[in-house]
Amino acid sequence: MSKISEKAAALLQEGAIKMIIGYEQGTEHPRPIFCHTPEDCKKLIFNDQCKNNLAVYLTKKEIVDNDKIGVIGNFYVVKTVIQLFLENQIHLDHFLIMTVDEAGDIITFGNIDEMKQYVASHEPPANPTVLAAIEKIDKMSREERWAYWKTELSKCIRCYACRAACPLCYCNRCITDVNCPQWLEPWSAPLSNIEWQINRIMHMSGRCVGCGECAAACPLELPIGLLTKKMGMDIKDSFGEWKDGNVLSTYKVGDKENFIH
Amino acid sequence: MEKLIIKLQDINTWLDQIIEKVPRVIAPIKYGQKAEFALIKNATDVHYDSQTTISSVKSAAFPSTETLFAYAKNGPDTKLYNVAEENFVNTVIWRARPCDAIAFKPMTKIFNSDYQDELYNKRYEKITLVTFACNKADEFCFCTSTGGGPGSIENSDAMVTVIDKEKALVEVFTEKGQQLIDLAKELFEKADESIDKDAVLAKIPQKFTKEQIHDHIQNAFKSSIWKAQSERCLGCGACAYVCPVCTCFDIQEDSHGNQGRRIRCWDSCGFQLYTQHTSGYNPRPNQAARWRQRILHKFLYMPDRLNIYGCTGCGRCSRACPVDMNIVEHLTSIANSIHE
Amino acid sequence: MPYIMVIDKVIVEAPGVKTLRLRFQNEEEGKSFEFKAGNFAEYSAFGEGECTFCIASAPTRKGYVECTFRKAGRVTFGLDRLEEGMTMGFRAPLGNHFPLEDWKGKNLVFVAGGIALPPMRAVIDNVLDRRDEFGNITIVYGAKTVNDLVYKEELNEWNERPDVNLFQTVDPGGETPEWKGKIGFTPNVLAEVAPDSNNAVAIVCGPPIMIKFTFPVLTNLGFKDENIYTTLENRMKCGIGKCGRCNVGPYFVCKDGPVFCKTQLDQLPPEF
Repeated sequence: MSKISEKAAALLQEGAIKMIIGYEQGTEHPRPIFCHTPEDCKKLIFNDQCKNNLAVYLTKKEIVDNDKIGVIGNFYVVKTVIQLFLENQIHLDHFLIMTVDEAGDIITFGNIDEMKQYVASHEPPANPTVLAAIEKIDKMSREERWAYWKTELSKCIRCYACRAACPLCYCNRCITDVNCPQWLEPWSAPLSNIEWQINRIMHMSGRCVGCGECAAACPLELPIGLLTKKMGMDIKDSFGEWKDGNVLSTYKVGDKENFIH
Repeated sequence: MEKLIIKLQDINTWLDQIIEKVPRVIAPIKYGQKAEFALIKNATDVHYDSQTTISSVKSAAFPSTETLFAYAKNGPDTKLYNVAEENFVNTVIWRARPCDAIAFKPMTKIFNSDYQDELYNKRYEKITLVTFACNKADEFCFCTSTGGGPGSIENSDAMVTVIDKEKALVEVFTEKGQQLIDLAKELFEKADESIDKDAVLAKIPQKFTKEQIHDHIQNAFKSSIWKAQSERCLGCGACAYVCPVCTCFDIQEDSHGNQGRRIRCWDSCGFQLYTQHTSGYNPRPNQAARWRQRILHKFLYMPDRLNIYGCTGCGRCSRACPVDMNIVEHLTSIANSIHE
Repeated sequence: MPYIMVIDKVIVEAPGVKTLRLRFQNEEEGKSFEFKAGNFAEYSAFGEGECTFCIASAPTRKGYVECTFRKAGRVTFGLDRLEEGMTMGFRAPLGNHFPLEDWKGKNLVFVAGGIALPPMRAVIDNVLDRRDEFGNITIVYGAKTVNDLVYKEELNEWNERPDVNLFQTVDPGGETPEWKGKIGFTPNVLAEVAPDSNNAVAIVCGPPIMIKFTFPVLTNLGFKDENIYTTLENRMKCGIGKCGRCNVGPYFVCKDGPVFCKTQLDQLPPEF
């Protein structure tokens, strides 16, 4: 058994942890696995193909109840856990967050500060293909850009895989499901598909951890990862580095709200 | 049934004739590393190397968004308007796979059981299906387990099977198929008996039979297998939307002030809010219940009610799933499991 | 395509609950329209959408149809805004109906809760219009508070009739000083009233939890499963068995129901 499987099996046997969420080998790519017994842990793997953001399961009530759960995730999973904690969506004492280093050893995080330190020092480099694509679109005129996105997003079928894969899309009733008032048209049409993506990006602003799972999940391989990446870059330029949660929603009790009457 | 031969180099000539005469021709085109169905204007647009497409071609008869009727309010009064006939045009679906052609059968049954869905029928009767048999398959395909096969002729109007580098076998089954042949009659010759179609078909091992699944799940409603299988499911709609048989839809109002239209659009039983009542009560409150519904509907309720199965083994759902809910894997597991 | 209906009358039944009396804009359509008690319809508030309710008036009363609804979501709020003289849509008749022919000569026990009286009223009025064909009629109807009782006038009429046994109840805490009816949850009152199950059929309608508690009471009183009927509610959209939303087991609530007898319900997976 690999080091990861051994460690995971040991945790389950000790009894404090009731389930471990990690990665196993799938049909073509790694996929999430939920280990309930030490036997299940034999399937655990970890490599740079493990892309799914496992933190998406941490806000699902039917999976996470009162038992303690272990998570062996990649860099983005750790970053997402910090963000979920800062947004008050999870109880950290319900989870044992772990990741795996280059040598194949498990790193167990004891508290949020350890996670923050790890995230601050281990950010993966940006994907040059993505950056090149963003640069290309940046150079387009407004009309060219509109035409580009309209063409791409007219293919969208509104399956919401992007929303489902994103761990920070945890709203019980997404804005696109609200019909009183009908903010967004829930059917697939070029303009309303653009509106849906705009809405998604706006709701992610300052919160997105950059895992890219939205783009990976899209069955039609639409370039929506460019939108989240570009948004992240813009936020960083204007509001600063991601660190303490929501750069767009900081407030102090003494703030004056006299812009709203 | 007529059996003809066409030279490979003449296939596009035939297709060009079809494109000239038929207002709408849909075929797989190159889409990044994969392929997707789209309208084509030239025979050279077709991506002949592709194995299968991401989405199914059900949108030719059941579009993702469709107007049911339009309305206009005038003071207290309201006027309603039907969908214009120009919307229903003759269409040829070129290079569909056998699993796509078969899929129209359960779809047609669903849309015609008791109440006959006019909109679907009007579109479907104008479609001619030219299917290409499969010379290759991947690990997601399982048509042989659902009663189909890489050379299955069920529901096609004509089928093309590439035999070797020079020629293809063309089988014609219906009047509609014959009309397409007639557009370029000179390109075809009668096939002789030595042509062996089966030899060139993809080999897809059968993993189970659909009857096996049907019998197994009959008593499995309370089984723990549903939770175990659906744990990683995210509840998005990708599987239902790419599936050639899924027909669940939503009805919405596209209103602009005093006028608008009522439309229907695709929906998925995997969405959490699909069955939620206005009171907040949800009969299928967790993903396990929704996953169970998907399988039971396709392999138990539909065959029991309409005498036809709801899955053609195309494997699109597995390819599209962001967390690799490999349906073959799940079904094989169900076929081999014991239920309390 | 929906029929266009003109609203003849708007009656406020209870807080948030209204009844609309509708007539067909096209009189010819109105004359040839037929339905049976138990059928439901999809009512459109054009611009908002469609909503599923039963047809709350009896088919024996010609010239109009009625629907009763509570303001709950987008479409019902839209319907609530409509006034007399305005038009709305109506797709009907949908679903199956109560098998009145099978019930001839039998005693009928109707149990309803709150906003579930409308579907019952269609069949009760239908039965009352053909009173001689049926035996004893017992109605047990309960609501949260006195104010929430719907069809207050009709309830009085039924109360006055000597050939109907009406028992009204409100939940404990919902009574007013003048209240003369019973106090208690509907299933408990039913147990108290204890109608005779001999040659009788029971029809129940209410929220899922009320039905859950009423069934055992009926069984205890001796009612056989095949003589217990209910009308189900599930999220419905198309009403014709196509969109898949109300699919429970091999049935569509909109097409094979909404009227089901208990023997059928017991065979269904608990997904409603």
